[in-house]
Amino acid sequence: MDAVIENLPVFLEGFKNTLGLLVLSGIGALVLGVIVAALRISPIASFRAFATVYTELVRNTPLTLVLFFCAYILPYLQFSPGYFLLALIGLTVYTSPFVAEALRSGINGVPVGQAEAARSVGLTFGQSLSYVIMPQAVRMVIPPLINVFIALTKNTSVAGAFFVFELFGAGRQVVNDRGDAVIAILLAVATFYLIITITLGQIAGRVEKKVAVLR
Amino acid sequence: MSSVLYDAPGPKARARSRVISVVGVIIILAGLTWLVLALGAPKPSANGAIQPGMWDPTRWDALLDVEVWRTLGRGALATLTMAGVAAFFALILGVVFSFLRSADHAAIRVPTTVVLEFVRGMPVLLMMLFILLVFSTGSFWAGVAALSVYNGAIIGEALRAGINSLPRGQREAGLAIGLTPIATRFRIEFPQAFRQMLPIIIAQLVVLLKDTSLAFVVGYEELLRSGLYTMTNFFGQRYQFSFFLIVLAIYLAMNLSLSWLARVIARRSGPKAGKLVDPLLPEPMPDTSVSAAAGGVTGGAAGGGDSGR
Repeated sequence: MDAVIENLPVFLEGFKNTLGLLVLSGIGALVLGVIVAALRISPIASFRAFATVYTELVRNTPLTLVLFFCAYILPYLQFSPGYFLLALIGLTVYTSPFVAEALRSGINGVPVGQAEAARSVGLTFGQSLSYVIMPQAVRMVIPPLINVFIALTKNTSVAGAFFVFELFGAGRQVVNDRGDAVIAILLAVATFYLIITITLGQIAGRVEKKVAVLR
Repeated sequence: MSSVLYDAPGPKARARSRVISVVGVIIILAGLTWLVLALGAPKPSANGAIQPGMWDPTRWDALLDVEVWRTLGRGALATLTMAGVAAFFALILGVVFSFLRSADHAAIRVPTTVVLEFVRGMPVLLMMLFILLVFSTGSFWAGVAALSVYNGAIIGEALRAGINSLPRGQREAGLAIGLTPIATRFRIEFPQAFRQMLPIIIAQLVVLLKDTSLAFVVGYEELLRSGLYTMTNFFGQRYQFSFFLIVLAIYLAMNLSLSWLARVIARRSGPKAGKLVDPLLPEPMPDTSVSAAAGGVTGGAAGGGDSGR
């Protein structure tokens, strides 16, 4: 236990970096995911095909390989803005198709009758989207989107294997120093992760219940 | 959906969207061509020497060496072995977890729930390191154990969701004809739940296959480590990009074929395929309550499985 307490600053430093990775790559993935989702439902066939191929390729590539590309190949191609930023790029790219899929399934989940009703009472395209479709789609999208962010939280740990000092990296370093207190240290690291993931899970559960009442 | 939102496009709008489509293809192709050319262009490095481009033969000649392919084959085999063994244990653990989690006694149910929450909220990588250091199992079994426990927890949740989404009459009918509760669970509820959740389970197995690459962190000599670290160390830095492309291609081939299999099975035996159909009714009415429940749970479980981990 004392190994955890005396290394608390190290853990907090790692926790800060994990949160930074989570928030920044979460925002990035959200932006990129919205673009990919928009391309996927766009009426233009070539954009649709491009977004589909992108989604399939990125989703079937292991995150480790994506981060390897960012941490080794990109610097080799003379693009090296530091490992934190490189990991950020990798996590953003890797998470974006999952965000896009969550968004797309949410929009597809609104029953067609809603759109038909909106159109038949005379709302225009923009009105029916903004007053009828989107308010429902956003509610349906939030729980799966939070699940994506929970997965992202856990995925940030992989960045620890590619020179980013986040929670996993902090844990690994402390374990190397204090081999006698392995269990306590790893449980402490797990607790930090659980603080994020369980909070997000609670939010998702609560939102899901609210949506269920509305439906 | 989108077609309902605006009036059907006339000939002019159709022609316009066709033009935009062609322009889009050209833009995308131009971008890809630029990328390929940029990668192929020779670059001056920091000390003034010119590095050959990425498509230069000197970066690819190592591939003529048989040892490269042997190492890659060993790596791919190691990845598949770990994925296979872990998938086997994950399925067994998933069944066990789903039974414990829906046990009648709170003394079993509550601790299982806590353990499952703990396992699902923790990175697989951390679990691997934990098992490696605490139980000193060696890297292979550390990877297998962590992957089995983590994916077992998710498969267990999916199975439980499948059991919960069954009509209550199934269980009641089983009990009414004199089966014990456990026999009802095994012989009536479980086969249906398994069938209904099969697409999610296979999707989770794709995730498992991808996650075997995490075992490289604990030192397991799988495809990523043998392809990218061992061979780069042996042949030299200049082949790293070539090896990366090949390893990427192998991973994509493995994962895409498994994903494709998942899709085929989902179409054949998804939630709809196993339903009893009254031959007198031409079109079976969708049971909204069941499908809504399954949809909701599916969303949650798939979120866990299909949201990147």
